[in-house]
Amino acid sequence: MSDLLNVENLWVKFPTRTGVFDAVRGVSFRLGRERLGIVGESGSGKSMTGRAILRLIRKPGMVEADRIELDGEDLLGKSEKDMRAVRGQRISMVMQDPKFSLNPVMTVGDQMIEAYRLHARASKAEARQKALEMLEAVLIRDPERVMRAYPHEVSGGMGQRIMIAMMLIPDPELLIADEPTSALDVSVQGQVLSIMDKLVQDRGMGLIFISHDLNLVAQFCDRVLIMYAGRVVETCAADKLHEATHPYTRGLLNSLPRIDAPRDRLDVLQRDPAWAAAPSIGPDA
Amino acid sequence: MTPALSFENLNVWFGDGRDRVDAVKGATFDVAPGDSFGLVGESGSGKSTIMRALTGLAPHWSGRMAVNGQPLGPKRDREFFKTVQMVFQDPYASLHPRHSVDQVLSETLYLHGMKDIDARIVRLLDDVGLGSRFRFRYPHQLSGGQRQRVAIARALASDPAILLLDEPTSALDVSVQAEILNLLTDLRAEHNLTFLMVSHDLAVVSHMCSQLAVMQNGEIVEVMTVDAMRRMTSDHPYTRALLEASLGYRRAAE
Repeated sequence: MSDLLNVENLWVKFPTRTGVFDAVRGVSFRLGRERLGIVGESGSGKSMTGRAILRLIRKPGMVEADRIELDGEDLLGKSEKDMRAVRGQRISMVMQDPKFSLNPVMTVGDQMIEAYRLHARASKAEARQKALEMLEAVLIRDPERVMRAYPHEVSGGMGQRIMIAMMLIPDPELLIADEPTSALDVSVQGQVLSIMDKLVQDRGMGLIFISHDLNLVAQFCDRVLIMYAGRVVETCAADKLHEATHPYTRGLLNSLPRIDAPRDRLDVLQRDPAWAAAPSIGPDA
Repeated sequence: MTPALSFENLNVWFGDGRDRVDAVKGATFDVAPGDSFGLVGESGSGKSTIMRALTGLAPHWSGRMAVNGQPLGPKRDREFFKTVQMVFQDPYASLHPRHSVDQVLSETLYLHGMKDIDARIVRLLDDVGLGSRFRFRYPHQLSGGQRQRVAIARALASDPAILLLDEPTSALDVSVQAEILNLLTDLRAEHNLTFLMVSHDLAVVSHMCSQLAVMQNGEIVEVMTVDAMRRMTSDHPYTRALLEASLGYRRAAE
């Protein structure tokens, strides 16, 4: 099977006053038309990995890799102008926080219409119709009112659904979802996930799902990379996540409160410096 | 026994005309002193709005709210803020970026009319497990978990009896969440606190609380004990749906 995305030896570096900081250190993976989960704590480099694929790391940050290919096409050598044609159209990204990714001084409707008309030649009325349809598709109850609202007037969950609706309008090949549901509550989370799930199945879209929620990733994705301090410490099939062997993965799993198994105190993760020093696990491990 | 917090037929609304939103409709529940009560429901269901109305941050409300038997009027006095304190969801947004931990805490203590501010700051920082070496740091020098500890210390500054927790760990990593939840459990035991906690994470609520109210579209659909929730013996279809959803994502049948 040909890979949708092939990443080899990806490094993201930031020069600081005290030397170069490596946010991502030698990450390699391949992605087919599947759901790949990347989990880890904040600062583990999972979001940076997602951004580096879209070349969204700003200077002075540096992205180095032996290879980043989308459908066999090199992304590293592309000019900024060519990258603009890739972003949004072929690879879309849903960011973590709708508060920072929506324009605060434009109504939701106006920015959805603008986003759609950037990618497709359509009249305002058509774009408006499409925006309303997408808002309904992400289960917003009152799309007419939401179209008139400004981002500060909608709840976080609603904002995130608006973002997902906006990202899905151009029908991308690969969706990078960076914590798309961590601001949402469980019932809405399920709905948002099933919307994304359906798109992966129906349209043959690839999905990179970045999350800190291990249970969710275990249930939702096909395969999981576990990142710690910029490296991939473990990779496994998602349904085998609960049998994971790496002490870091085990520590994360044990720190979760559980409805079915009440405890007085939760386990707190004890970190081992050796985890950060070990090399990344390759794409085939 | 007088309940620590009592809500009777509380209505809260925002805006007017065609944009009027009834955020809370006829909410009624009591929280016993020393108890820990959870509010769960989807976003926009009004769970945070109940807290905001209680603290005076939502001006338009009707019904009856009482703290330790004292009914609340339209204004909150200093005595109220000594009794009731709140910890917000996002520690990145709730701390002033240009105030050091020391400034944040000493200003709060000053406003509460405390005398021995210096000693109290040291004690507060010890209480939340930070220690005095964090005293002169700024928020950007702290991790998310440490910031939330500062926010908790600030809430504890007035020796409150009631702590309102608005999604206290949803912005944090699971490993840090475990630390903060353990801290809150310890603080509740040490200071005899009453918790009213809003969370969308049923696992967190079941870990922290003994009772919970399930909200949907501004209405409380069910008040139940956490034990009943664990046994999955719920009468209301929405609660059951929420429970099933929180047990994990299941792919739709193909």
